[in-house]
Amino acid sequence: MRARIWGCRGSLAAPGPDTVRAGGNTSCVELRTEAGDLIILDAGTGLRALGLHLAAEEPRRIHLLLSHLHLDHLEGLGFFGPLFDPKVEFHFWGPPSPVTSLKDRIARYLSPPLFPVNIADVPSDPIFHDVPSGEFEIGGARLLAAPVSHSGPTVGYRISENGRTLAYLPDHEPVRGGDLREMSPGWISGYDIARDADVLMHDSQYTEAEYPSRVGWGHSSIAHVVTYAQITGVKSLLLFHHDPLHDDDTLDLKLARAIELWGDGDGAPALAREGMQLELN
Amino acid sequence: MSHNGQQPLPLIMMRELADNVATPLFLVDRDGVLVYYNEAAEVVLGLRYVEAGSLTAEEWSARWAAEDVNGRPLPAEARPLAVAMRERRPSHRPMILMDAKGARRTIEVTAFPLLARADELVGAVAIFWDSAGAV
Repeated sequence: MRARIWGCRGSLAAPGPDTVRAGGNTSCVELRTEAGDLIILDAGTGLRALGLHLAAEEPRRIHLLLSHLHLDHLEGLGFFGPLFDPKVEFHFWGPPSPVTSLKDRIARYLSPPLFPVNIADVPSDPIFHDVPSGEFEIGGARLLAAPVSHSGPTVGYRISENGRTLAYLPDHEPVRGGDLREMSPGWISGYDIARDADVLMHDSQYTEAEYPSRVGWGHSSIAHVVTYAQITGVKSLLLFHHDPLHDDDTLDLKLARAIELWGDGDGAPALAREGMQLELN
Repeated sequence: MSHNGQQPLPLIMMRELADNVATPLFLVDRDGVLVYYNEAAEVVLGLRYVEAGSLTAEEWSARWAAEDVNGRPLPAEARPLAVAMRERRPSHRPMILMDAKGARRTIEVTAFPLLARADELVGAVAIFWDSAGAV
């Protein structure tokens, strides 16, 4: 399985000279399974460039997995070329709602007056799936989607193939103001998603100084994400969902703090950056 | 719990809520097993949660026996939590509870089911109101 990051900014795209190293596009990760499946995690603004990249390849089937429907995870959708290609078999996956279908919730954005085209009219005629409660398969990959603590219905994804696992929790506040180390693992949001993963891409929006004034906003501090990664036993931690107010120098300071908190163990944290590629083989 | 041992998110978030309110809250999982109660509930029940631990529905019903307001024994299946779980609806009633120290407390209990999805019961919550204190 290979992963490529097309966007790792949180909340709002933040292009400009101060964010060129990490990039300014919002959440979007391309996954290629060894079986050849194309899975996309989230439809942030990074999705536009991924669509351009895919133009020459002309993929026949795309699975787009949405962690939730906040705009920074959806707003690239209208500018994703393959969605408008009738030859593409397009599958949406996302968190269920007790009252509204996934299609209708996406249509709140992809319809006038917010967007000129209605999702019901796009040529690929997409298929919409609420993520199931248990494990499911896409091609050669096994997936688990489970609700996690954020604002509104949100799931994290665990994708495994040939014994290697990527965990994706871009928006996650595993505990609201408490101490993760005092909690048993069974009571920690997203534990089943991240447990023993080879790579964890996780929300790292706030510094420790910022977090106290943002408790309950649905995001993690650097201290949270490091503790969470250590409790869940992940092998490699990738700091994801960078605050739009944090420039590259600030992100470097956050990374240094994460490495300090991590200590001497293997798998020191790294910073997600646009264009970064990961091999999970 | 899930196949790997994690509680469903509604239980996790309800426990987090319980830890941050002074309202007595008592939490059971989809099988009716007691999985948590908060400090405010400890006062009503007369026992710290760490001392009680996880108990099946039969065990916690026996540990804290109940009577109706007329002093007649209240069957386990008539208690609000049992009704909320069985009928998937809120349930409320006043009752007399024998706490772990032997005191009889007149309380009111409101219980409601926790549904993760429309057809997926993951547990239930009971809220206690100590209406007359220990007798």
